[in-house]
Amino acid sequence: MLNAELRSQVQYVDVLIIGAGPAGMAAAIAAREAGVENLLVLEREQTMGGILRQCIHNGFGLHRFKEELTGPEYAQRDIDRVKELGIEVRCGTTVLSVDEDRFVTAVSRERGVQLFAAGAIVLAMGCRERPRGALATPGTRCAGVYSAGTAQKFVNLEGYMPGKRVVILGSGDIGLIMARRMTLQGAKVLACVELMPYSSGLNRNIVQCLHDYDIPLYLSHTVIDIQGRERLSGVTVAQVDENRQPIPGTEKHFDCDTLLLSVGLIPENELTQQAGVEMSPLTQGAIVDDSLQTSKEGIFACGNVLHVHDLVDFVSAESFKAGKAAAEYVQGKSRKGRRVSLKDGYGVRGVVPQRLLIPEGEAQPVQIMFRPAGVYENATLRVMDGEREVLRQRKRILTPGEMAELTLKPEQIQSLSGDVTICVEK
Amino acid sequence: MEQQITCINCPVGCRMQVVIEDGEVKSVTGNSCNRGLAYARQECVAPQRMVTAVIPVADRKTPVSVKTRTPIPKEKIFACMRQLNQLHVTAPVHMGDVVCPNVCGTGVDVIATKTVD
Repeated sequence: MLNAELRSQVQYVDVLIIGAGPAGMAAAIAAREAGVENLLVLEREQTMGGILRQCIHNGFGLHRFKEELTGPEYAQRDIDRVKELGIEVRCGTTVLSVDEDRFVTAVSRERGVQLFAAGAIVLAMGCRERPRGALATPGTRCAGVYSAGTAQKFVNLEGYMPGKRVVILGSGDIGLIMARRMTLQGAKVLACVELMPYSSGLNRNIVQCLHDYDIPLYLSHTVIDIQGRERLSGVTVAQVDENRQPIPGTEKHFDCDTLLLSVGLIPENELTQQAGVEMSPLTQGAIVDDSLQTSKEGIFACGNVLHVHDLVDFVSAESFKAGKAAAEYVQGKSRKGRRVSLKDGYGVRGVVPQRLLIPEGEAQPVQIMFRPAGVYENATLRVMDGEREVLRQRKRILTPGEMAELTLKPEQIQSLSGDVTICVEK
Repeated sequence: MEQQITCINCPVGCRMQVVIEDGEVKSVTGNSCNRGLAYARQECVAPQRMVTAVIPVADRKTPVSVKTRTPIPKEKIFACMRQLNQLHVTAPVHMGDVVCPNVCGTGVDVIATKTVD
């Protein structure tokens, strides 16, 4: 309970957005364009743009802008629009808590503690890298082991090289991008080591970041030992069997001073959980409906905090929807109708949205995204309403490295009678 | 001469065999669409890549990110990096400013991809 003095300091905001990366910026733009005047964006870093600021490589924006931009250029387009619309963004401001009544506390150097009551909240905090502590990595705790994104920050934003002879564990896109980046900047990248029999990175990155520079990719391999006292001096790599256990006799040693980890991304959901939002163990993000609303009314989530995307273009598209939905919520345009759940079936992991509102009036098309659980060639995706097939779609290939999507048409949505399962045909 | 390449246009990643004679593509097999064919033709005869890097800015903690305005021949990548590593710039630098004209004689300018005031 707040005392009278504190209560007088509470600022009311119609739509409060947490994070000014690509997701937060798109949500803010959409909310303002939908007519929300009292709008505020809170950002922990000193500038807008999020992780795009350190992604200096090109390949962003092909879907959204039909041209190939670098990360900073992509971010700048949204930054310019945010400024043009006069949206207030408070940088250097860390959100400390969010509760289910949409009461928010934040802190910054300039303003100290700030209290907000929000009509709607859009959670757009992004994700962070899975750290070393989350892996059962063997060996000593010497210096020289970094996550790929940390190395990217050193090289691209601070202008320092973290090492000279590098091994990369994991073949996520950031790891692949850093293999090239470190090579161009004069380091020797000895190997990229992937536990799974397939890479989780995009094909073009495997070709343009590894093949171009003759960097070997060892699939079904892992690091089984890390050596070094103060600084890393080498790693031992071994092949793994189908149970991901190292096979004795397959060990290879690499003399290196740096090990980069590119072993997955985790949505950053501490605030979401504080607010009591229902979470999905599969996406590690909130459970949302087709308007990106979480289980707590008036709290929306979008971008990598909801589920980890492959392309920023899709983050922006999703976040425009969330911003618009948050605006409609505060404008009292509430949606009425029946609710059904969307569930993962065979071969499907982490369907988003997990809930669907079947409106009384006209339905809008709904895009469903998920990650395939394995590699399936010439697969058929099915959307099942109980035993009835609602949609059937052929896919040339499904791999866990690329998010898959389907779109339900309005008449298909209207026809749903109960819970829906998305699956790959066996 | 036969060359093996992996298509980058989509997740299928077709492995294509390209037969090249006298610097000309004679045949492409293993592709499953026309985009793959076009990629194989370009990639085997005159592969090109964008180059991105950062350049130090005098009196600033953060470097400025840069890119080649268009792709350059793949074999010029390291020469381009050597030239860029000699450079430094002074603020202000604006997105789109040319920081290195005609890098390595490719006819392609290197431009800033962010603004440092």
